[in-house]
Amino acid sequence: MPRTRSAVRSPGHASQFARRLLADRVTLACLAILLIIALAAIFAGHLAPADPLKTSMAKRLKPIGTPGFWLGSDELGRDVLSRLIYGGRMSLLMGTWPVVNALIVGGTLGVVAGYAGGWINMAIMRTVDVFYAFPSVLLAVAISGALGSGMKNAIVALTVVFIPPLVRIAETAATQVRGLDYVEAARASGAGAATIIRVHVLPNVLGPIVVYASGLFSVSIILASGLSFLGLGVEPPQAEWGLMLNTLRQAIYVQPWVAILPGAMIFATSICFNLASDGLRAAMELRT
Amino acid sequence: MSAAGTLPDVADLGGPAQPLLKVEGLSKHFPVKGAGLFQRKRVARAVDGVSFAIAKGETLGVVGESGCGKSTTARLLMRLIEPDAGEIVFDGEKVGATLGLRELRRRMQMVFQDSYASLNPRLTIADSLIFAPVVHGVARAQALALASELLEQVGLDPSIVLGRYPHELSGGQRQRINIARALALKPRLVILDEAVSALDKSVEAQVLNLLVDLKRRFDLTYMFISHDLNVVHYIADRTMVMYLGKVVEVGPVEALFAAPRHPYTRALLAARLSTDPQARTSAVALDGDPPNPIDPPSGCRFRTRCALAAEVCAAREPATIEVAPGHSVACHLHDPASGHREAQAHG
Repeated sequence: MPRTRSAVRSPGHASQFARRLLADRVTLACLAILLIIALAAIFAGHLAPADPLKTSMAKRLKPIGTPGFWLGSDELGRDVLSRLIYGGRMSLLMGTWPVVNALIVGGTLGVVAGYAGGWINMAIMRTVDVFYAFPSVLLAVAISGALGSGMKNAIVALTVVFIPPLVRIAETAATQVRGLDYVEAARASGAGAATIIRVHVLPNVLGPIVVYASGLFSVSIILASGLSFLGLGVEPPQAEWGLMLNTLRQAIYVQPWVAILPGAMIFATSICFNLASDGLRAAMELRT
Repeated sequence: MSAAGTLPDVADLGGPAQPLLKVEGLSKHFPVKGAGLFQRKRVARAVDGVSFAIAKGETLGVVGESGCGKSTTARLLMRLIEPDAGEIVFDGEKVGATLGLRELRRRMQMVFQDSYASLNPRLTIADSLIFAPVVHGVARAQALALASELLEQVGLDPSIVLGRYPHELSGGQRQRINIARALALKPRLVILDEAVSALDKSVEAQVLNLLVDLKRRFDLTYMFISHDLNVVHYIADRTMVMYLGKVVEVGPVEALFAAPRHPYTRALLAARLSTDPQARTSAVALDGDPPNPIDPPSGCRFRTRCALAAEVCAAREPATIEVAPGHSVACHLHDPASGHREAQAHG
C-alpha cells in the first residue's frame, strides 16, 4: 500500500493565494495605491490642508503650486487638493457600495438559480435578461433620473445596473459546480440544499464572482462620476471627483492642469482596481 | 438519532431471506431538448421498466455498453434523479412511503467513477469525510474520530491524509477516500458506479481487493456497475446485463459467464480479449453502436444488432423467462411460446 510523502500538513489554499499575490509586483503596487487613496479618504479631516467647501472669490483658478493651494484652486476659489482628498470619500463610496450591494443580491440570486435549475432558474434568468436589454449607462441614468438626484438614488441605480451581470456570472459558476460528482455525493449523503450550497457550492463559485465584482469597482466609480457630472449623483457643493470634473470643465482653457486632476484621480483609481482585480484572479486560480 | 453520538447501525428487518433491495418497473424518460414548439415531445428512454432484486450480502454486478442506463439506474436508486415510474423497496420498506429519502441515503451510499470530481477541491479530506455524518447529527469530534478510523480501514494513514486537499493525492488514494466517505454513514448497500474503472490496472486490483475486504468486515451489500466484464466476473455473485434501458439477462455469475443465454450477453462475452495467444479474436462480435434511446426499435431492442432476429422480435417485446433457477433472460429464443423459429424449451 503506497503511502504519501512525509509532510503532514498541506499549505492550503489561503497561503498559496498569499504566496502568489506577494510575488506579483503590479498587483501589490495597485493595492498599495488603492490603500493610500482609501486611507486619505478616511482620514480626510486630518490630511486636508483646508476646508474643501470654503470659497474665496479673490483666489479663483490659481495654478498648481500656488502657496496655500498646492494643487491650485477651483472656479470658486476652493482648495483642489482638499477637495480631491474629500472627494475620494464620495467616489470610493460610490465605487464600492453599489458593487457590494449587487454582489450580495446578484450573487445570491445567481447561485440559487444555478443550483436549483428548472423553472426557478428560468424565472430568475429571464427577469435578469430584461435588464440586459438596456445599455448599463442608459439604465443608470434612467433609474437615477426617475428616482431624482442624490447620492442614495445614484447608489440604488448603480446597484440595479450591476445585479444582472453578477447574477449571470454566479449562475454560470453554480450551474457548473452543481453537475459535479461531489455535489451529487453531498446530495446522496442526505444534506439539504442550504447546507450543500454553503459547504460545497459557495466556496467553489465565490472566487470568480468576487473577482468579477472587483472589476466592477472601476466601472462603478466612472458611472457614479458620470451621474454626478450629469447632476444626478452627488449634489454641489459636496466634493466628488465626477462633480469636480464637471464644474472645472469650463476652466479647461484657463487652468488645464488643474481641470484634469479629478479625471486623473478617477483614471488612476479605476485602473488600479482593474489591475488588482486581474492579479487577484490569477492568484486565486485553483492549481490541480 | 442521538444528537452527539455516532450513528446507530441500521437494523436488519426482514431476515436474510428478504432481499435488501427490490426494484419494480423503474423508469426514467428524459425529455429531449430541441424539439420544436408544435412537435411531439420526444423522450430518451434511459431506463425503461427495470426490475431486479439484490439479496442481503451479495454483490450484484451490472454490465452493459455505455449509455445502456447503468448509471442512470444507480442515480434513480439514490433518488439523485426522480424516477418517472417504479417502486423501490429497501429491506421491506417502500421508499417514499415508509422510508424517507434522508434515511434511504444513509442506508444506501454511492461511489462515483471520477475520484477527483467526487471530492470538493476546496475541502480538506477531513472536512469531506465528516460532512455526511455531521449532516446526520454526529458531533464534529466524533465524526473526525470516525474519519480517522475509516481511513485506516481503507489503508490510508490518517495523520498524513486528513489535512490534505484532493489534488495532492493520487487517483487510487482519492478513490479509497471516496469509499471511506461512502462508509461513513454505515450504509448497508453501497452502489459502486464504475468505481474502479478510471484507475490503473495495478491500483484497480488493490482497490477491488479492498472492496472485497470491506464487504466482509462491514457486512455490506454491493451493486457493482462496470463495463469491464473481467472485473465483474471477479467480484460479483450475480450479474445483470442491461441493454438500452432494459434488463436482458440476470443470473449467477458463473452460470452466466459459462453459458450466456441472451445473444447480447454472448456477444459481450465474445468481445472480451483473451490472455491466450491461441485464442485471438479477429471477428467483431458486435458491430456498431446501440440504437438511439429516443426511438428505440420496436419489440426487442437488441434485434437491430442481433444475428438471430426474426419477425417476432420486431413485433413483440420478449417476456422474461426463467431458464434456470435464478437465471432469467428476456429473449424470444428462450420462450417456447414466442413463435421464434429457433426457440427452444428449457427444463
